[in-house]
Amino acid sequence: MSLKLSKNNPHNKAILTTGNYACAEGAIAAGCLLFAGYPITPSSEIAAYMSRRLPEINGTFIQMEDELASIACCIGASYAGKKAMTATSGPGLSLMAENIGLGVMLEAPLVIVTIMRGGPSTGQPTNASQSDVYQVRYASHGDYQIIVLAPSTVQEMYDLTIRAFNLAEKYRTPVIVASDGFLGQMMEPVYYHSNFEKVERKKPQVPPEKYKPFEVFDDDLVPGMAVAGTDYHFYVTGLTHDIEGTPEMTPEGGETLIKRLCDKITRARPDINDWEEKYIDDSDTVVLAYGINARGVPEAIEQARQQGHKMGYVRLKSLWPFPDELMEKLGRQGISKLIVSEMNYGMLIRETQRFQHLFEVSGITIPTTIPFSPKFIYKKMMEEI
Amino acid sequence: MNRNFSREVENNMVNVLEIVEDEYIHPGTRMCAGCAMSLIYRFALKALGPKTILTVPASCLTVLHGMQGFCTTKLSVLHTPFATTGASASGIVASLEEKGLADEICVVAFAGDGGTTDIGIQALSGAAERGTNFIYACYDNEAYMNTGVQRSGSTPLGAFTATTPGGKTRPKKNMPKILEAHGISYVATANGSYPLDLYEKFKKARDIKGTRYIHILSACPPGWGYDPKDTIRIGRLANDTGFWPLYEISNGKFALSQPSKKFLDPAKRKDIEQYLSAQKRFSNISKQDIETYRNYIRDQWNEIKRRLENQ
Repeated sequence: MSLKLSKNNPHNKAILTTGNYACAEGAIAAGCLLFAGYPITPSSEIAAYMSRRLPEINGTFIQMEDELASIACCIGASYAGKKAMTATSGPGLSLMAENIGLGVMLEAPLVIVTIMRGGPSTGQPTNASQSDVYQVRYASHGDYQIIVLAPSTVQEMYDLTIRAFNLAEKYRTPVIVASDGFLGQMMEPVYYHSNFEKVERKKPQVPPEKYKPFEVFDDDLVPGMAVAGTDYHFYVTGLTHDIEGTPEMTPEGGETLIKRLCDKITRARPDINDWEEKYIDDSDTVVLAYGINARGVPEAIEQARQQGHKMGYVRLKSLWPFPDELMEKLGRQGISKLIVSEMNYGMLIRETQRFQHLFEVSGITIPTTIPFSPKFIYKKMMEEI
Repeated sequence: MNRNFSREVENNMVNVLEIVEDEYIHPGTRMCAGCAMSLIYRFALKALGPKTILTVPASCLTVLHGMQGFCTTKLSVLHTPFATTGASASGIVASLEEKGLADEICVVAFAGDGGTTDIGIQALSGAAERGTNFIYACYDNEAYMNTGVQRSGSTPLGAFTATTPGGKTRPKKNMPKILEAHGISYVATANGSYPLDLYEKFKKARDIKGTRYIHILSACPPGWGYDPKDTIRIGRLANDTGFWPLYEISNGKFALSQPSKKFLDPAKRKDIEQYLSAQKRFSNISKQDIETYRNYIRDQWNEIKRRLENQ
C-alpha cells in the first residue's frame, strides 16, 4: 500500500500508485470526510485505503452491510453537512439504484465511484469493462439527469474524483465516477497536487424562519442547502415535493420539480462536459473514445496521419450529460465520419447516432474485457474509411 | 486423527466407516491450500447425497466451483446474487413442492458469513420466517475472504482485516441465536475440524422438515494468518478454548455436541490466548480485548449450562 508515500509526499513529486488509491486520495483532497462502502471486486481497495486514511484526518470510514446501506449512509452524511463517497462495481451499483434516485430527488451532493467490470450479473469480477455506460446514466427509475465522469489514467482517477466532488457540491447532485477494473488496479505515476479550487455547497440564502429547502433564488436552479441539526428546519422526502419539501401530488407540481432537477444539469452542460481533442480542425474522420479504452487511440491516429489520412480524435472525460455541443461542433467543423470505440456492444454510440444528420457514425463496439490496442484500432479504422 | 476418531466412536457418534464413499466434489478445486471450507463442503455433500440442489451466492464457494470448462461440483448448483440466497432457495422449494418432489430432493443454500450475516440476512430471515423447507449452511471464515479479507458482521473482536486496520472493535454477530429466534426446526453449529460431527448434523438436518440452519466455523489460512498445515489444529483450538461451542437445537431442545461436551467444566477449557496467539490477525489484540474474550466465553458457557439445567 502506498499509504506512507502518500502521507509524506510533498505534493509536488509523482508517486507510483494504483487507480483505486489515487481515487481515494483525490476524495480526501477534495474534502471527503465520510466513506461508506461494501467489499466488491475490483473496487475493494478504495474502501481498504479509506479505512486507514480517513481516521488520520478525523474522517469516518464505515463498512456497511451492503450497497443499499452504503449509499444511504452517504446521503445521510451529505445532509448532515459532510462530503461523502462510496465505491462499488456493477452489481453493487445495481443495488444502489433506488438510492441514486433518492439522491437526485433530495439533491444530496455525494460521489459514487464505480469500477466497471464485465456483466451482467457476476460477470467478470477481475476484468475491465465499459458495459455500465447505461447503468450509470439510467440506474434509477424516473426522469432524471446525472453527471458521470470517465477517467482514463491513474492521474485522472485523482483529478476527476476531485472534480466529481466539486460538481456534486456545485449542482447539489450525486456524481458518478465511472472507472474500470484495469484503471482501478493498475499503477502509474501520479501527482497528488493541491492546485485546484475546492467547491463547497451553496448555503441557505435566507434566515432560518424563511428557509424553504427547495426554494431557488439563482439562475443555476440550485437551492441553498441547510445542515441537519442547525437552526434550519427541513423536511425532505423522496415523494414529489414542492419548494417547502412537503409532498406535492398535482401534475403541475411534478412537472415543475422534474423539469428543474433535469434542467439544472442539462443547462450546465458547457460547465460540466469536458473532453480532450486533437487534429479536429483538419480531419474528415474523428474517433471518439473514453476511459481506459481511449488510451490506444492517439497512437492509432498518429499512424493514420503518417499514412496521410485526415483523422483526429476526441476523448470524453465526462459521459453524462452527453456533450451534444461537442457533436454540433464536430458537425460545424465539417467532419464526415465519427467512429465510436468502446468496450461494449454499442452503448454511447447510440447517443452519437442522434447527430447522423451532421456526419456518418460507425463503431468499434466489442463487449470485451481487454482495451483495444493501437494496432487493433488502426486496423479497424482502416476498414471503416 | 485415529485416536480422536476412535474416541468419537466410543461416544456413539457417527463412525468414520459409516461415511459414504461417494464424492460429490471432484478433486482439484481452486481453493487455497489448507482451506477448511473445502473439507466442510466435501463432508456436507456426502451427508446430503445426490438428490440435492444447491443455491450459492458470491463467496469463496463460487471460486471452488471451478472455471474454464471445469466444474468441481457433481450436484446441480444455482448461483444467486449476494443478497438473495434465502429467496432463491424459496423459489426452488416452491417449484419442487408443486411437483411433489420436495420430500425427495433437498434444497440447500450454502453461503459465506458475509452473504449470511450482512447482505443476505434479510432474505434468510424472510425464508426462515416463512418456514421454507430448506437447509441453510453458513461456512463462516469470519471475513470477506473472496474479495481480499474485509471485515464482516461475523469477524471477531480484535481481528485485523483490510478494513479494520486497527483490529475490529465489535464482537462477532451471533447468527445461530438470531436464527433460533425465528423458531425454526433445527439450528446447529459445526466446525471444519470435526467432520464427523458435521456429517452427522447434515445427515440429521436432511431428514427434518422446515428451515434448518447450520453455522460452520471455517478456518482460513490466508485470512487468519497461520500456516495451512495448521487448519485442523486452529479449528480444534476454537472448540477447546470454548470460543466456538458445538451444539444443536432440534425443535427448541438444546443439546451440546460430543466434541464440546466436556467444556461445560471450565477447568477443561484451554485459555483463549492459545487460540488468538496462533493467528496473525490477532497479533495486535489488546489485553483488554483478551479479557473481553474470557468474559464472553465464561458468559456463553454459563448460559449453555443454564439452558441444559432448565430444559
